[in-house]
Amino acid sequence: MMDQAQFHIRDLHVRFRTQADELHAVKGVSLSVARGETLAIVGESGSGKSQTMLAALGLLASNGVVTGSAMLNGQELIGASEVALDRVRGAKVTMIFQEPMTSLDPLYTIGQQIIAVIRRHRTVSAADAKAEALALLERVRIPDAARRLASYPHEMSGGQRQRVVIAMALANRPDLLVADEPTTALDVTIQSEILALLADLQREMGMAIAFITHDLGIVRRIAKRVAVMRHGEIVESGPVEQVFNAPRHPYTRALLDAEPGGTKEPTPADSPVLLEAQDVRVHYPVKSGFFGRTTQVIKAVDGVSLTLKRGGTIGIVGESGSGKSTLGKAIVKLAPATGMIRLEDRALIPLSRAEMRPLRRSLQMVFQDPYGSLSPRMTVGEIITEGLLVHEPGLTSAARDRRAAEALEEVHLDAALRNRFPHEFSGGQRQRIAIARAMILKPRLVILDEPTSALDRSIQKAIVDLLRDLQRRHGLAYIFISHDLAVVRAMADTILVMKDGQVVEQGESENLIRHPREDYTRRLLAAAMETGFSPC
Amino acid sequence: MSEAATHGRSLWADARDRLARNRAAMASLVLISLIALACLFGPFLTGHAYDKVYSDYVKVPASLASQPTEDRIGPALQRTASRLRATIASDTREGNTIRLVLTAPRAIDERSLAFFERSDLFHAAKVLERAEEGKRLTLLVPIERNRFLFGTDGNGRDMLTRTLIAGRVSLAIGLLATFVAILIGVTYGAVSGYLGGRVDTVMMRAVDVLYSLPFIFFVIMLVVFFGRNFVLMFLAVGAVEWLDMARIVRGQTLSLKRREFVQAADVLGVSTPGILRRHIIPNTLGPVVVYTTLLVPKVILLESFLSFLGLGVQEPMTSWGVLISDGARNIQGATYLLIFPAIFLTTTLFCLNFIGDGLRDALDPRDR
Repeated sequence: MMDQAQFHIRDLHVRFRTQADELHAVKGVSLSVARGETLAIVGESGSGKSQTMLAALGLLASNGVVTGSAMLNGQELIGASEVALDRVRGAKVTMIFQEPMTSLDPLYTIGQQIIAVIRRHRTVSAADAKAEALALLERVRIPDAARRLASYPHEMSGGQRQRVVIAMALANRPDLLVADEPTTALDVTIQSEILALLADLQREMGMAIAFITHDLGIVRRIAKRVAVMRHGEIVESGPVEQVFNAPRHPYTRALLDAEPGGTKEPTPADSPVLLEAQDVRVHYPVKSGFFGRTTQVIKAVDGVSLTLKRGGTIGIVGESGSGKSTLGKAIVKLAPATGMIRLEDRALIPLSRAEMRPLRRSLQMVFQDPYGSLSPRMTVGEIITEGLLVHEPGLTSAARDRRAAEALEEVHLDAALRNRFPHEFSGGQRQRIAIARAMILKPRLVILDEPTSALDRSIQKAIVDLLRDLQRRHGLAYIFISHDLAVVRAMADTILVMKDGQVVEQGESENLIRHPREDYTRRLLAAAMETGFSPC
Repeated sequence: MSEAATHGRSLWADARDRLARNRAAMASLVLISLIALACLFGPFLTGHAYDKVYSDYVKVPASLASQPTEDRIGPALQRTASRLRATIASDTREGNTIRLVLTAPRAIDERSLAFFERSDLFHAAKVLERAEEGKRLTLLVPIERNRFLFGTDGNGRDMLTRTLIAGRVSLAIGLLATFVAILIGVTYGAVSGYLGGRVDTVMMRAVDVLYSLPFIFFVIMLVVFFGRNFVLMFLAVGAVEWLDMARIVRGQTLSLKRREFVQAADVLGVSTPGILRRHIIPNTLGPVVVYTTLLVPKVILLESFLSFLGLGVQEPMTSWGVLISDGARNIQGATYLLIFPAIFLTTTLFCLNFIGDGLRDALDPRDR
């Protein structure tokens, strides 16, 4: 062995040929990972962090061109034949992807999939391979592993599926494990379990890990060394402590400062009640059999009450499946609810679609996915002013255009962009457009359903600042739904913690975060703290 | 607030650019435009009416030469002379006219000179000289020149004109029936998919019932009730072909209506027709456009099939299907009757299929 490091990348360039020009996605990246070491590669979306590793493993899209060198144990991977690469990938180098659902084949049991990986690279009898698969599942701590071998991916939860993917990645004792945002799609508590598992497995098996993430909290927890990437280049690298405590590059400093900070100024005690909900339930019957008999009821929201004052913000936190999004949808009548929801003096639940329409003006919603919530074939101007077509049908198109320009300026976007299409904007810009669409109607209550979850940290901060600014100027009330305690804390007066459709704890934000009463809240906080959240 | 707003590139513009780079699709587009133009304006330029019968030119083979050919002139002169009860004393050619001297035992009735004009080979004859009390006539007979590039059919009609006229009918039925199918199918499918629940079930079961009707039986029934007519043809085809379209659009709608931009429109208070018009239908149009280019040839083939069976358009109007069916009957004696309409039909079908392929690639670049 030439030196201690077993995986080097030297001066790697990746170029993509597109229709018009060439995109230089990775510009001369060099890095190395030693045996038993974890290197974190951090950067925001589009920084080229994933493309670097994909290029090194020969997994680029067909229009990508790689130059440079990537050596694994002295073997050059760039320019190696497909056959040679196939011998390396899955055995010496393995990869874990972000989305555990799509990286497993839905048509095979997980046992079959793990066994296939083992037997692809080694000559092992079917029985031995099965025994090994069982041992692997136990090793990644999947309960009742023997039975789980025969399960299909859809029968398992997201966290369990990611464990299976890890088991597959470790099946042939790789020298290098590339983990591409393996915990981003998971809830915080599960995220922290998976990180702990990876650290334990590394200690036992001694492989090198290249951990790609956008989350600085995770870096601190799992890695010894970190490389910060931006625009296809490494701007700073070194030991985690050094980079975090004494960042040299301004971009690293900006990233570290990007945690949404500050808190909302308290709502005056005498401000009138805007929204009141009592005992809201959303139950979905599960029908089966020929006559559609209801055999089971899924209680997505089960008896939630809340009171929101004008200008106030309620944060709703909980893991996926806790019913927090469904509650938001029930309030804007996107989900069928029972109970009582009152906006000022109007009860919303009994209203018909037509009766509800005039009230929609004061009750708006911003969705999680800025890519999915904008109609792809309409211009931004048309998207923003669609609500005006409904609520101010008398406006001329020139007046609508002027309002669109004003709304875009209010969310700090260039008004000249209003004739462009959503796909020409970045995620953060799209979320601003979605906010402008809600704000143009001058609502009194906006439901924000994870508006920052799909965005990079630095953009999250800007969106949180924008939302607080809009609230102050227009006296808006927010219901802020999120799984991210740091963001909720920066936004909300009071926090509701939801689990299995019910509120387990609620209270004033700072108080709840510093002195949680319920076990579940403590677990959420603990998991968030492990990835960098500090309650003080 | 009146600064110049920059215009973005829509997804449609992107797709257009991708299509423009697809050579096969662009060549097909040019070719099919040429065929369409030829069918539209060609019949005015061929010099023949599509239903004009040239009884002297029955089943003339396709050729570039102008008619009549030299070997036809002599016998035709003889035939006409004998109708005048005269014999030919001499004939001399002067370019495209014949100086003809006729003699007869009795005076020749000049009115019967109309026989020359009635023939498809000559124009009206002019009398230059009368002698022997009308028993000897000197005539100037101009030869009527015609070209039948694609030959003539069994009734002596020009095949070129008929092929182009048939193209009009086939393309019109293809486009109109497809238009009907899209109009009904897209609306029906989008409404059914978006409303969902019981409405969806009822609407889709109705589609299933229509699917189970045998098509030919359906057309025969229509023809029996309403008689054969052009409008009926594309109504019948359109009424059956929208079923596929409705299913495609419904499937698209089911996945679209769960998307957040549709929910966002719902929260804005947009009415159901508004959501369908602005959010659902524009986003289903990609697959619809592709299916359309595949549906047009399918409908043309269906029409050809019906015409082949004798259920389609009526003589003297014609379509490619009718011409091919005629040609197939004459395949041994007169192959050209089959070849030319078949070339037009297959070229059109090929082009439409290539365009469909190109559109699919252009609208859904992920697949490449």
